[in-house]
Amino acid sequence: MASLREIQMRITSTQSTKQITKAMNMVSASKLNRAQGNNANFKPYMDKLQEVISSIAGGTSGATHPMLQVRPVKRTGYIVITSDRGLAGGYNASVLRDVYRELKDKHTSTDEYRLYVIGKVGVQFFKSRNIPVYSAMTGLNDQPTFVEVAEIVKQTVGAFSESEIDELKLCYNSFISVISQEVKIQQLLPLGNIEQSASNVMYEYEPEEETILAALLPRYAEGLIYGALLDAKVSEHAARMTAMSSATDNADELIRGLKLKFNRARQAAITQEITEIVGGASALE
Amino acid sequence: MNTVHVNVVTPDGAAFEGDARMVIAKSVTGELGILPKHIPMVTPLDVSVLKLRHEDGGRTLIAISGGFMEVRPDTVTILAETAEMADKIDYDRASAAKVRAERRLQDTKLSELEFRRAELALKKAINRLSIRDMKE
Repeated sequence: MASLREIQMRITSTQSTKQITKAMNMVSASKLNRAQGNNANFKPYMDKLQEVISSIAGGTSGATHPMLQVRPVKRTGYIVITSDRGLAGGYNASVLRDVYRELKDKHTSTDEYRLYVIGKVGVQFFKSRNIPVYSAMTGLNDQPTFVEVAEIVKQTVGAFSESEIDELKLCYNSFISVISQEVKIQQLLPLGNIEQSASNVMYEYEPEEETILAALLPRYAEGLIYGALLDAKVSEHAARMTAMSSATDNADELIRGLKLKFNRARQAAITQEITEIVGGASALE
Repeated sequence: MNTVHVNVVTPDGAAFEGDARMVIAKSVTGELGILPKHIPMVTPLDVSVLKLRHEDGGRTLIAISGGFMEVRPDTVTILAETAEMADKIDYDRASAAKVRAERRLQDTKLSELEFRRAELALKKAINRLSIRDMKE
C-alpha cells in the first residue's frame, strides 16, 4: 500500500488539476456565449443575401453562372476546420477522422484534392501523415471577424471560379447542443439548389440580373464558409466546455477514491502503532 | 410618413438601423438617391460613402467596402462586408493602410491579382479618409 505521504501528494496534485479544468470550463462557457452571439449577428446578413439571390434565381430560369454549373470533377477542394488548441474532447479527432476516411475512399493520388486547413491541430495531423496541405490558417481569433477570414475564404472561392478545383467541400463540426456536435462534410460549390424564399417581390435590377448574380454568388459562397466557421467555433467552445466539465467530475471522483485510501492507510498506521505498543507492553510483563 | 427604414448589415452584425428621408448611395453604375416609396430594386454598390439624410436635417455617413443595396418601398437594406459609421473609423489605421497600398502599387512585379488587391485596399483607405473631409 502506498505511503500516507504519497497519497497526500496525489490528492494535492489532482486538486490543482481540478482547479485548472474548472477554470477552463468557465472560460469556455463564456466564450460559447459570445460565439453564439456572433452567430446570431451573422444570421440576418445571410438570410438577406439568400432572399435576394433566390428571388433573382427564381426570376431567371436557366441561370448560367459558373458557380451553379456542375463540372466533371478532376480535383476536389476541402476546407477542414479544426481548432488551434487541444483539450476539447473529441472535437478535432472526429472531424479529422472523417476527412481522412473521405480522402482515402475517394482519391487515389494527392493530385486529386487540395486541402485548406484552418487550425493548428489539423495542420499537424496531415503533416504527420504526409498529406500535403495546400493552404493553412492558424492562430485564428476565438471570435473571428469576417475580415480576418476573408483571405482563406476568397482564396477557395477564387480557386473554384478559376477551375483549379471543380468541387469544394466544407468539413467541420456543426453545433447541435452543448453536449453534442456533429461532423458535417458538406458540398459547397457548385452551389446546389438555392432555397426559394417565400416572399415574391419583383425587383428592378440595376444593372442587369446576370451581372448582379455574378457578383452576389461569390459573396454567398463566402458567407456560407464564414457561417460554417462560426458554427465550428461555437462547437469548439461547447466541446471544450463539456470536456472540461467531465474532467472536473473525474477529478472529483479520483479525489474521493484517494481520500478513502488515505483514511484507510491512516487507520492502518494507527492500528499498527497500537498493536506495537500493546505488544511491547505485554513483552515487559 | 415620409421616411424610409434603413438597415446596414454586415457579417459581424448590424452596423446601422434607423430612419432616413433620403438614402444616397453610389452603385457601380453611378450615384443613386433613394426616396421613400421607391420601386423594389437590387443594385451592387461601389466602395463608397453611404449618406443618409434624416428628417431633422442631420445626416449620417457610413463608409462601406462594396456590397449590395436592396430597396423596397418602406425599407432599404444594405449588405456590406464592412460598414463603419463616421465616428467609428480609425483614421490613423486608414492612413497607414493608404501609405502601405500606395507603396505596394509602386512595385512593378505585382501579378494582376495582387495589383487589383492593392488597388482595392487603396480605394477602401481613401474612402474611409474621405469621410473626415466631408464632416469638416
